[in-house]
Amino acid sequence: MATTLHQTIERRQRTLGGTILANQTFWVLIAVILACIFLSFATDSFATAKNLYNITRNVTFVAIIALGMTLVIITGGIDLSVGSVLCLCSMVLAVTMHAGYGIETGIAASVATALVIGAFNGVLIAYLGFPPFVVTLGMLSVARSLAMVASNNTVVFEFGPDHDKLLALGGGAVFGVANPVIYMIVLALLTGFVLRWTRIGRYIYAIGGNEKAAIATGLPVRPVKVCVYMISALSAGVAGIIQTGWLGAVTTNIGAGMELQVIAAAVIGGGNLAGGVGTAFGALVGAALIEVIRNSLGLLGINAFWQGTFIGSATILAVLFDRVRNFRQSE
Amino acid sequence: MLLELSNISKHFGAIQAVNDISLSLEAGQVVGLMGDNGAGKSTLVKMIAGNYRPSHGTMRLNGRDIVLHRPIEARQFGIEIVHQDLALCDNLSAAANVFLGRELRRGIGPLRVLDYKAMYRRAGEIFKELRSETRARDLVKQMSGGQRQAVAIARTMISEAKIVLMDEPTAAISVRQVAEVLHLIRQLRDRGILVVLISHRMPDVFDVADRVVVMRRGRKVADKPIAETSPEEVTGLITGAIEGG
Ligand SMILES: Nc1ncnc2c1ncn2[C@@H]1O[C@H](COP(=O)(O)OP(=O)(O)O)[C@@H](O)[C@H]1O
Ligand SMILES: [Mg+2]
Repeated sequence: MATTLHQTIERRQRTLGGTILANQTFWVLIAVILACIFLSFATDSFATAKNLYNITRNVTFVAIIALGMTLVIITGGIDLSVGSVLCLCSMVLAVTMHAGYGIETGIAASVATALVIGAFNGVLIAYLGFPPFVVTLGMLSVARSLAMVASNNTVVFEFGPDHDKLLALGGGAVFGVANPVIYMIVLALLTGFVLRWTRIGRYIYAIGGNEKAAIATGLPVRPVKVCVYMISALSAGVAGIIQTGWLGAVTTNIGAGMELQVIAAAVIGGGNLAGGVGTAFGALVGAALIEVIRNSLGLLGINAFWQGTFIGSATILAVLFDRVRNFRQSE
Repeated sequence: MLLELSNISKHFGAIQAVNDISLSLEAGQVVGLMGDNGAGKSTLVKMIAGNYRPSHGTMRLNGRDIVLHRPIEARQFGIEIVHQDLALCDNLSAAANVFLGRELRRGIGPLRVLDYKAMYRRAGEIFKELRSETRARDLVKQMSGGQRQAVAIARTMISEAKIVLMDEPTAAISVRQVAEVLHLIRQLRDRGILVVLISHRMPDVFDVADRVVVMRRGRKVADKPIAETSPEEVTGLITGAIEGG
C-alpha cells in the first residue's frame, strides 16, 4: 500500500516535471527572467522603480489583446484586425466623449463596436466558411478607415465632461501598480479560468485539435467560433479604451502593426498557429518577452532599428524550440 | 422493434450514397453491415447517429417517429456511434475525449466548473472494463491505435446506450485488440443493446453477428440471419457476383 502510493506520487511528479520541461512557455519564462537579471546588472536604469513600472504597463496592451488572440489561435484561426479594431474602438470612445457624453456611454459604445466587429468576423468565418486570414485582413482595412471617418482623421485629446475620469482609468495606479497591469491580470485570470474550467474552454481546444471530430461529436462549433472572434475584438477594444486613458489622445494610427506583435506574443508564449495549443499565461509571458527585448535595446544603447530583428528572431526561436521537441517526440 | 428505417435515402448533390433502404432492427442483436468501399455504410449509420439528415424516408425508435437534427439529439435517444476515423481530438486527454460534449461538472447554477476528478475516475473505470491499458490522463496524441480505439469505444459507454453503431472498429488494431473489441460487442449485446457493426473483416462478422446486412451502391442487397448464409455468399453479394434481393 505504502509503496504503491509512493510509486504513484513519484510517477505523477515525474510526469509533472516532464510536462514543465517540455513546455515552451516555461522556457520563455526562464528567458524573460534571465534577461531581467542580466539587465539589472548590465545597466543602472533597468531595475529602477520607474522603468519596471513602465515595462509592466507597456506590456499590458499587447498582453490583453494576446489573451483574446490566444483563444482564436487555439481554435486554429487568426485575427489580423486587432490593431485596427483597437484604433476604431479608441476613436469611438474618444469621439463619443468629445461630443459631451459621459465615460459610461463612451465605453458602452466602444465595447458595442468591438462586439459587432467580432461578430461580423466570426459569422463570416464560422457560418459562411471564409478563411479567417481573408476576413480579418479585410477588417484590418475597414476598421482603420472607419476610425478615420469617425474622427475626420484628426487627433482627439479632449474627452468632454468625464475627461479626468478617463485619464485616471488608464493612467492611474493602485499601490504602485499601474491600472492597466491590474486590468491585465484580472483578464488573464478570467481567460485562464474559462480555458481550463469551463465547457466553452474545452470546446475551444477541441475545435483546434480536430474540428471535424468536434463537429461529428455535435459540439456547437460555429457559435463557439463566433464567440472567440467576438472575444478577440473585445480584447482589442478593452486595450484601446485603457490605452486612450493612458495616452490622453487618440490618433488614427495607434495600433498600426500591433496585430503582428500580438500574434508574436501568442506564438512565443506557446500558441500553435495550427490550433489546439495555447494558454492565457503563455500569452502574458510572450508579451513580456517582447517588451523586455524592446526595453533592453533602448537601455543597452542599441539602435532601435534592430528591434524588429530581435523580436522576429525570438518568435522564430520559440517556434523552432517547439519543432525540435515535436521532432524528438515523433522519433 | 427497436429501430425501424423506412425507405431511407441520402444524396450528396448528384451522388446517391444511400438509396431507399428499409431495415428493422431488434434490441440485443448484433447486426453486421457489410459492403464494398463507397457502398454507403458510413452514410447510413451517420444518419442514424444524427450526423446527416436523410434526404428521404423515416426513422422510428420504439415505434415513435424520430427526426435527428444533431448528434446530441441521437445521444439523448440512446444512440451512440464510433466513427470510422474515430473522431478524436489529439490535443486532449483520453478522459476529455470520452466526455467531449457531455462533460461532468460540479458546483451550482452558473458557477459550474469541469469536474476533472470525476471524469478521470469514470473514464478510468471504463478503460478497466474494456481491459485496455489506456490511461485517462494521457493525451490521445501519444496513444497507439488500440488505445485510441478504446477511447472511441469508451465514449459509447458513459451513458445508458440502446444502440451502438460501430464503423470499422477493428480496422488498424492488433489481433489481440480485435478479440477484445469483439468480446466487448458481445457484452453490449448481452446487456440488451443493439450493435450495428460495420466491418470489412468477414471472420469478425461471422464471429459476433446475429444478422448480416449487405449494401451495394447505396442499396440493400441482402438481409439474412448469419446462420443462413456463408462467407462465400456474402462475398458474392458484396462484389455483385451474386445478385441480391
Ligand atoms: N459528406 C459527403 N459529401 C459528398 N459525398 C459523400 C459524403 N460522404 C460520403 N459521400 C459519398 O457517398 C458514397 C458512400 O460513402 P460512404 O457512406 O462513406 O461509404 P462506405 O462507408 O460504405 O465506404 C461515396 O460515393 C462517397 O464518396
Ligand atoms: Mg465508411
